[in-house]
Amino acid sequence: MRIGFTLNGGEVAVDALPMARLLDVLREDLRVTGTKEGCGEGECGACTVLIDGRAVNACLVPVVQVQGAAVTTVEGLAAPEGRLHPVQAAFLTHGGAQCGICTPGFLVAAAELLAHTPRPTRPQVREALAGNLCRCTGYQKIVDAVVEALATEAGA
Amino acid sequence: MLIGQDLIRADGPAKVTGQARYVDDVRPDGCLYGFTVRSPWAHARIDGIELDPDFDWTDITVCTAADIPGENVVALMTDDQPVLADGVVRHVAEPVALVAGPDRDRALAASHHVRVAYTPLTPLMDPEVSAGNAHRIFRDDNVYSRITVEHGEAERVLAETDTVITGTYRVGLQEQLYIEPQGMMAIPRADGGVTLFGSMQCPYYIVKALKRVLGHDDLNVVQAVTGGGFGGKEEYPSIVAAHAAVLALKAGRPVKLIYRRDDDLRATTKRHPAIMHYRVAVDRATGKLQAAHVKLLFDGGAYNTLSPVVNSRAVLHALGPYACPHVKVEGLMVATNTPPNGAFRGFGAPQVMFAAERHMDRIARELGRSPLELRRLNLYQDGDVTPSGQRLVDVGATQVLELALKEAEAGLPASGVPDRAGGGGAAARVAPGRGVAIAWHGCGFTGNGEAALKGQADVAIEGDRVVIYTASTDIGQGTDTIFPAIVAEVLGISVDRVANADHDTATVPDSGPTVASRTAMVVGGVVKQAAEKLLAALQAEVGAEGAFDDLLAQRKSAAPLRVRAQYRDDLGLVWDPATYRGDAYPTYGWACVIVDVDVDLDTGEVLYRRLVSATDVGKALNPVLCTGQLEGGALQGLGYATCEEVVLDDQGGMRNNRLTNYIIPTALDAPEMVTALVEIPFSGGPFGAKGIGEIPHDVPAAAVAQAIEAACGAVLDRLPMTPERVLAALQES
Amino acid sequence: MITSHAPVHCPADLAEALALRAAHPEAMPLAGGTDVMVFVESGTLSPPAFLNLWGLAELRGVQADGDGLRLGALCTYTELEADARVQATAPALVEAARTVGAKQIQNRGTLAGNVANASPAGDSLPVLLALDAEVEVASVRGTRRIPMDALYTGYRKLALAPDELITAICLPARHPADVQYYRKVGTRLAQAISKVMLGGRLRIEGGVVTEARVAFGSVAAFPVRARTVEAALVGRPVDAAAADLVGADIKPIDDIRSTATYRLEVARRILQGWLAAVAAEGASSSR
Ligand SMILES: Cc1cc2nc3c(=O)[nH]c(=O)nc-3n(C[C@H](O)[C@H](O)[C@H](O)COP(=O)(O)OP(=O)(O)OC[C@H]3O[C@@H](n4cnc5c(N)ncnc54)[C@H](O)[C@@H]3O)c2cc1C
Ligand code: FES
Ligand code: FES
Repeated sequence: MRIGFTLNGGEVAVDALPMARLLDVLREDLRVTGTKEGCGEGECGACTVLIDGRAVNACLVPVVQVQGAAVTTVEGLAAPEGRLHPVQAAFLTHGGAQCGICTPGFLVAAAELLAHTPRPTRPQVREALAGNLCRCTGYQKIVDAVVEALATEAGA
Repeated sequence: MLIGQDLIRADGPAKVTGQARYVDDVRPDGCLYGFTVRSPWAHARIDGIELDPDFDWTDITVCTAADIPGENVVALMTDDQPVLADGVVRHVAEPVALVAGPDRDRALAASHHVRVAYTPLTPLMDPEVSAGNAHRIFRDDNVYSRITVEHGEAERVLAETDTVITGTYRVGLQEQLYIEPQGMMAIPRADGGVTLFGSMQCPYYIVKALKRVLGHDDLNVVQAVTGGGFGGKEEYPSIVAAHAAVLALKAGRPVKLIYRRDDDLRATTKRHPAIMHYRVAVDRATGKLQAAHVKLLFDGGAYNTLSPVVNSRAVLHALGPYACPHVKVEGLMVATNTPPNGAFRGFGAPQVMFAAERHMDRIARELGRSPLELRRLNLYQDGDVTPSGQRLVDVGATQVLELALKEAEAGLPASGVPDRAGGGGAAARVAPGRGVAIAWHGCGFTGNGEAALKGQADVAIEGDRVVIYTASTDIGQGTDTIFPAIVAEVLGISVDRVANADHDTATVPDSGPTVASRTAMVVGGVVKQAAEKLLAALQAEVGAEGAFDDLLAQRKSAAPLRVRAQYRDDLGLVWDPATYRGDAYPTYGWACVIVDVDVDLDTGEVLYRRLVSATDVGKALNPVLCTGQLEGGALQGLGYATCEEVVLDDQGGMRNNRLTNYIIPTALDAPEMVTALVEIPFSGGPFGAKGIGEIPHDVPAAAVAQAIEAACGAVLDRLPMTPERVLAALQES
Repeated sequence: MITSHAPVHCPADLAEALALRAAHPEAMPLAGGTDVMVFVESGTLSPPAFLNLWGLAELRGVQADGDGLRLGALCTYTELEADARVQATAPALVEAARTVGAKQIQNRGTLAGNVANASPAGDSLPVLLALDAEVEVASVRGTRRIPMDALYTGYRKLALAPDELITAICLPARHPADVQYYRKVGTRLAQAISKVMLGGRLRIEGGVVTEARVAFGSVAAFPVRARTVEAALVGRPVDAAAADLVGADIKPIDDIRSTATYRLEVARRILQGWLAAVAAEGASSSR
């Protein structure tokens, strides 16, 4: 089946099984591999992407459901000229990424939070990121990074 | 000074933009996908392996033990583990056959059509009856390791002392749960050799193992960006690599073997479960420990892996950071027909330190003293002697305790209970509690391990850049950032001009494995030496003294200048592995963990409010990376404490082998953390640095147990302290 | 991964969806997919075809329904949490929505999907029982409403005909004398499957309970009302001791996540805790 959608601002079209996971279409068909697979069952959030601005697990979305939608992956967070999204920049300075496998998912989830909630509290940040598992950081530096990024953004 | 600064991690930009390449992100042309056929039985005879004639096998490669070109052995400490089971399986999920196909679905489908005929045999599942059992799994007695550490006359003093306190402590399996599952790719090279590329901690382990499996040494191993390891990618990747290589050679094409999460959980190594008996004599009047007899029993599973090393570290740490004049510790590591256990952050120390700290709490309870007071009375001080007879210097135990207590005075974050969705709001009944626990952790290999290993590192001038060649992998802990900082510091140049070569065994020397909190401390030291040697070599070549850049400008040759340094044993450690006497470790790290919890009195749930830690790190080479390690380790320790439980079926298979049922903490479960550092420099580490990778995992669980007791009186001596167990203990108390 | 090769019917509107449902009853409805995709991936389910509801505008949004609310079948948890009318009418449902999975699941998972999936651990179900919700179902034959209380007939069995789809969940207006409650005890604080959950509603008029709904999840083959407890509560001031009767109403089991003993004890305790808090609140506000 031919399915067309917007990926990180550009139009794409793929021939895929309608029930193929969006995750596989991104990684295997389109070779956009920033989105990771950690479990394939919606638990780890490593595959988080935005669909029409909402963070979802790409391992749980059949590609037939993104026909005509706007999909954003970690590759689409930075500005087109390469300037990092504030959350990406804050992850660098705060040590939010260690092994990095969870990082794309956290960044995308944080980007959604940024878009909907100005100046969230630390508990709110934790709640918003609770669908993303990280085994390296203990989350402290991730929460620090997101709180700072949102503060910068709100201040800017 | 670059050392001590929060340099942004070298791999950071690639990781935050999605450009970092993990093994599954790479797909060479013609790449096949592999899948492993595993035993459903704990113990069985293999009567035959057949391919379903009704399945279309045209594009599928199948391998069994018969296809292994060299020896059917995973070379590690002993040669007991086969690459593929041959004739008999000794644990559930043991690899029996391999399939590869053009995509994952085909490979998975094919695996269901490989028909293995088994005759099930009675397995031995209980470690308590394993040693010497007629049912033999390992050699003639099922014992992987038996170690006794003895100092003074423990038995005599125990017999003569009035107050002897006994306790038994149990801990279960724990899964490393790196978020990137095991993955390896084998690529047959045009020249007849093979390249292994994948997720790993120790490239040279794989080289060593695959030489035997392939029957030749024409192979190189390259580390891909690796999504976490925690020990789980120390020895296990040798098996994945062997499987990928055997398939790739038979198929004549690259083969990628990426574990599904359920497969990873069922098949791979875990932290060893243990049963630990403590008998300790104390002087009631002074509260001082007089003598201790500790018996440890570990279940190693069906193959040896690195179990003896786990036993070794366990016996050496079994008493925690407390002085005791008479000690006998006996550690026994046995075989059962369960999946092999292996390396995991802490290597036996988290198990015994849970027991040791809980036993201190028990002694305090029976003596009517506070747990904190009892600890203060017995903490190691400079000059104290460890159970192996090592005289301690630069002991940081008191310092970390007092610093953590001071940090814990600052305002505690409000309890999250009233605001939590579904948490019961005002109707929830909770009790707050605080626990304090203290750890010591021997840094690096035991005894003369480093002197025997002689880890190497190269540093080279290539153009106007300096390149570091080591086999020490960055698995998230930041080695690729720390080594350039060390080299740049020595050479006095900017860190952007120093790069790490790929961790490819074709070009890097054997620096030893990335384990045992040794990488920054030991290999970092070798890298520092190499940088100093490079400066000297450059001076010699140019025939002048001076700053690196001035010398470089005078250099005539454009050829790379490369030097190699090797671990130099100038610590003068005295260690006898036969008697376990002497200097067990070059130095020790010290840590104190203070946990504040709310215990839900209706549900037994333990809710974390804050974790304060203070850790002696020698020198924080990069504080953000250093505290990041400590925080990550602490949360693994909290998972070990209350939620991480491996539930086994009657064949020893993991029933909860999915992330929905093996529960690790989310950001909402994790506490706010305050991570304080103490820096008592270690003369043998670069710039004074000590190993810090493992110590954070050692005592969070013990601190939680104490906090629960303080909150509600429930006494728990078994991990994990699930809500079910807490509620039961609460009903008993 | 196991990719399903099954065809997916993609109706353009509800009428077409109902026609397809009647013509292909074997095609599994697909809403947010957060249950379906997990079943497919794990190999538990391999339906011959799917019926994709995700694009159906008629099934979206919250509407007034008399004095109550009609929540379209495709309402996600995130939409429910953000909707002021839902917050006012069903605060306990909003609270339950916030405990489902985590953000990514709440953004995609639907309320009707939770109802239709019929897991004993479905987090919204005890609340819907406690609120006397009705499930609106439609087919080519017409539309009807099934009280939540009559929806489940067995483990993962619904009183739906093979040609029917859920089109909405309907909530009655909130009575001013009602207090609502939701409590989830799960495996952790997010991304957690429930071990026990409690949905409750008490109508207290003149210091006396005039209507009681107490419903539990994860303690039986499907979410159940604790009728013995309810009966004991009605006609007197709130009495926390009624919680002790819960053993008559629920029969939990041991499974991979918890034990029957724990579930029964916790069900009793959290109910007792809630009733005691309501009683204390009433006592202090009547003073
Ligand atoms: C990581 C993760 C965490 C989760 N956490 C929770 C949790 O905490 N609590 C909880 O309760 N659930 C949880 N779930 C389960 C799931 O998210 C919910 O049940 C969700 O509400 C399902 O909605 P959906 O739209 O995704 O359903 P789908 O997966 O699309 O469908 C579910 C079932 O309902 C049927 N169906 C859907 N819509 C209709 C309709 N309109 N008419 C008839 N049949 C229909 C489908 O055929 C299918 O059988 C979790 C799932 C995941 C993956
Ligand atoms: S891979 Fe999608 S949530 Fe884990
Ligand atoms: S950085 Fe490794 S899992 Fe998060």
